[in-house]
Amino acid sequence: MKPRDFDMPGADVAWCAGCGNLSILRSLKTALAELEIQPENLVFVSGIGQAGKLPHYIKGNVFNGLHGRSLSPATGIKAANPELTVIDVSGDGCMYGEGGNHFMHTIRRNPDITNLVHNNMVYGLTKGQASPTSQRDFNTPLQVDGVFLEPFNPLAVAIALNASFVARVFSGDRKQTIEIFKSAIEHKGYALVDIFQPCVTFNKVNTRNWFREHTYYLEDDHDPLDRNEAFRRATETGEYPLGIFYKNSKKSTFEENLSIYQEEKTPLFQRKFHRGKLQALMESKR
Amino acid sequence: MPVFLKEEDISLVLCGEAGQGIQTVEAILAQAVKQSGYNIFSTKEYMSRVRGGQNSTEIRVSSHRVASYVDRIDILLALSSGAIDHLRDRISRDTLIIGDPEHIKSAKEEKTAGFSLDSNFIEVPLMETAQEMGGPIFANVIAAGALSCLLNIPKEIFDGLISDMFTRKGQEILQKDLKAGEAGYNMGKGLMESEKAPIHLSLHGKSSVRDELLINGTDAMGFGCLAGGCRFMSSYPMTPSTPLQTFLASNAHDFELVYEQAEDEIAAINMALGASYAGARSIVATSGSGFALMEEGVGLSGMIETPVVICIGQRPGPAVGLPTRTSQEDLNLALYSGPGEFSRVIFAPGKLEDAFTLTQRAFNIAEKYQIPVFILFDQYFADCYYNIPFLPLEEVENENYLVKTTPEYKRYLITHDGVTPRGIPGYGDGLVVVDSDEHDEEGHITEDLKIRTRMVDKRLQKMEQIREDAVAPELVGEDDYHSLIIGWGSTYWPIREALENISRKHPEEKLGFLHFKQVYPFHKSVAEYLEKAEDVIILENNAQGQMANLIKLETGFEIQEKFLKYDGMPFSVEEVQERVMKFMGMGDDGIMEDDSAQDEGEVLK
Repeated sequence: MKPRDFDMPGADVAWCAGCGNLSILRSLKTALAELEIQPENLVFVSGIGQAGKLPHYIKGNVFNGLHGRSLSPATGIKAANPELTVIDVSGDGCMYGEGGNHFMHTIRRNPDITNLVHNNMVYGLTKGQASPTSQRDFNTPLQVDGVFLEPFNPLAVAIALNASFVARVFSGDRKQTIEIFKSAIEHKGYALVDIFQPCVTFNKVNTRNWFREHTYYLEDDHDPLDRNEAFRRATETGEYPLGIFYKNSKKSTFEENLSIYQEEKTPLFQRKFHRGKLQALMESKR
Repeated sequence: MPVFLKEEDISLVLCGEAGQGIQTVEAILAQAVKQSGYNIFSTKEYMSRVRGGQNSTEIRVSSHRVASYVDRIDILLALSSGAIDHLRDRISRDTLIIGDPEHIKSAKEEKTAGFSLDSNFIEVPLMETAQEMGGPIFANVIAAGALSCLLNIPKEIFDGLISDMFTRKGQEILQKDLKAGEAGYNMGKGLMESEKAPIHLSLHGKSSVRDELLINGTDAMGFGCLAGGCRFMSSYPMTPSTPLQTFLASNAHDFELVYEQAEDEIAAINMALGASYAGARSIVATSGSGFALMEEGVGLSGMIETPVVICIGQRPGPAVGLPTRTSQEDLNLALYSGPGEFSRVIFAPGKLEDAFTLTQRAFNIAEKYQIPVFILFDQYFADCYYNIPFLPLEEVENENYLVKTTPEYKRYLITHDGVTPRGIPGYGDGLVVVDSDEHDEEGHITEDLKIRTRMVDKRLQKMEQIREDAVAPELVGEDDYHSLIIGWGSTYWPIREALENISRKHPEEKLGFLHFKQVYPFHKSVAEYLEKAEDVIILENNAQGQMANLIKLETGFEIQEKFLKYDGMPFSVEEVQERVMKFMGMGDDGIMEDDSAQDEGEVLK
């Protein structure tokens, strides 16, 4: 397959020129083409925000739901039909702010989905307020004294919750982004990819160059199976590591734990109605 | 005072502290009563605590069908010192109070206003006997045995139930419980043969009752879910919806469904919508306060035209209100929930049979019109048990409303009736795009204002067909009524029993009762029913007459008389009867030949 197999001709892309989302979209199309995933079997789930619009610009099934809530429908979709490839596309505000509780508990459930989080450290759609990952002293029309809250650390939180795949990429490095997207999508279980990306309009601090200067790749000998080390690396600030921090392939997925898939894999909509069984259950109340 | 209960309808109330095992007594008695061929109705009222406080269970044992709560207490089994005080307003001269000396001592000594209760007390050494059996925990089985004996329940039926209940706890415990039951029976015999005041209860059992179903509102709704092809439930535990969640979770294996306890109600409804989008018939259950968190999800269901069934177990609000009490306060909440304008349906079962058929129907209506469908129930309804002959499983059919998509599939194709054939991802060659933003026919975001108007029209146009499918209200009583009582949801049986009592005494009165099981949108017959009546009264468990307001909004008909109760307790047959008599101008003016209030004794106030 080719990346253009995922093109949506005529899509009215609403992002600014130079937006990190554009390269993320290209990288995602490439990753999916290389993995030979058919659009009919793909479901993109998103919430609200600039990242949440991405599913409209790529070929596949789409559930573009509510702000902060994308992981819940993603979990429901995968549970109802495990044969679908489910990719949740969200932003730092949507996922770590409004959706924080679902972020935590989805990691605990471990559904076999990929969670791509566009992290530009600012609110884009609502025009430039602080996000959970905004850095200290970041000034906005609402944070007039600069941000003084501790920035949310998604990787450390995910590793603390023993997420089964935790990675970070920078949208500007497409080659690595594509490889890590592929690993995340192929990973069995919940896979988080936090994506550093510039917001050319509202974040004049954490720019493309800033990310280039403040990131580096985890060493080749970094052991992603070592949770303590992964956590330690996730807490590094100032210079931010990129790459796959942590992997735990031993965990069973949410769907694997559901009794309905123990014996057969048929999606729920194709299951038969058990009238006789129901009759018997009712009779037991006599 | 030999006690003869000529009405063949005994209201037995057990009262004690949380954690004492009243529910054990209730469970044993309910089964024992039914297996002996008597009709049974039971309802609980309890506090929001795990230990202490005062909880009570009413069990009506009757030769004829009973299905509603009465204030009257014929026999009170007091299992705690606070029991009598807790139920003071419902105790009358005719109430027989059975209890351990230590529990009824203070009440006995107290001379209450009007009359003394001395002669009503019967002391039984419950605690002492329990101690002999091995500890206070056995008091509940002893009490169940004593009451079973008084009710003429064959000992082998009782023993069989004890075995069913305690076998899993091991032989030693089972033997102790059987012994405790035996002691209870002996206690009961002693009461029946007492020289001072023998107790005789006259009831007629019917063998047909023995084989009937004994279920509560939760069970009926749960069966309805299974009959409706429910495949997915995500919810957050909250009284009074938790038992329904438990029902589906416990049947998940056998009926191939998923139950997931979500982290909050927001996740619950969004997860259910995800599963529904992927083709699984989905449901959430919560209370009013939990539903408050789901509201945005209701709007999402409306916008993306994805079905979901939403069960709201009503209890008194606002906020967390009275967690374990009952109400009908969330009609407006369900009716107006979610931003914007879109179609919806709201059911409110009144009978167990309704709960089954409406819940099954809810799934099909949700699928057919791709909308949120509500089931409003309440704490009273969820917990009520009574026996019924059967549930109409044979009559229910599920339609399949899913289509296999083609490459040119459009999820929101404009059609003549507002309903687009519904595809799901992974079934066919098309793509299914749904979007919480306003969208075009393909499902993609649009800000084209012309398309916007067409989409709003599409979502609302469904209402025309939905109205055609509405469930008609049920008329009980005279077809050519002059006076009409209106009720909805769980008030069905208390109103119906009151109406039957009045009609028996005053057959000349032309009285009707119109019960709404679909509260939105109305069936087309509603306005005509209202116009036909000379006088109308409505009964609701809320303070604002929400249904009366909706009736006015939908039909223009203004109901003048309202009987609104919002203290957290259900309507009792007696108070409905009294209020309806007053409404019919038959209050205390002596028209009534046989004042029913006298049968019930004077109620202590």
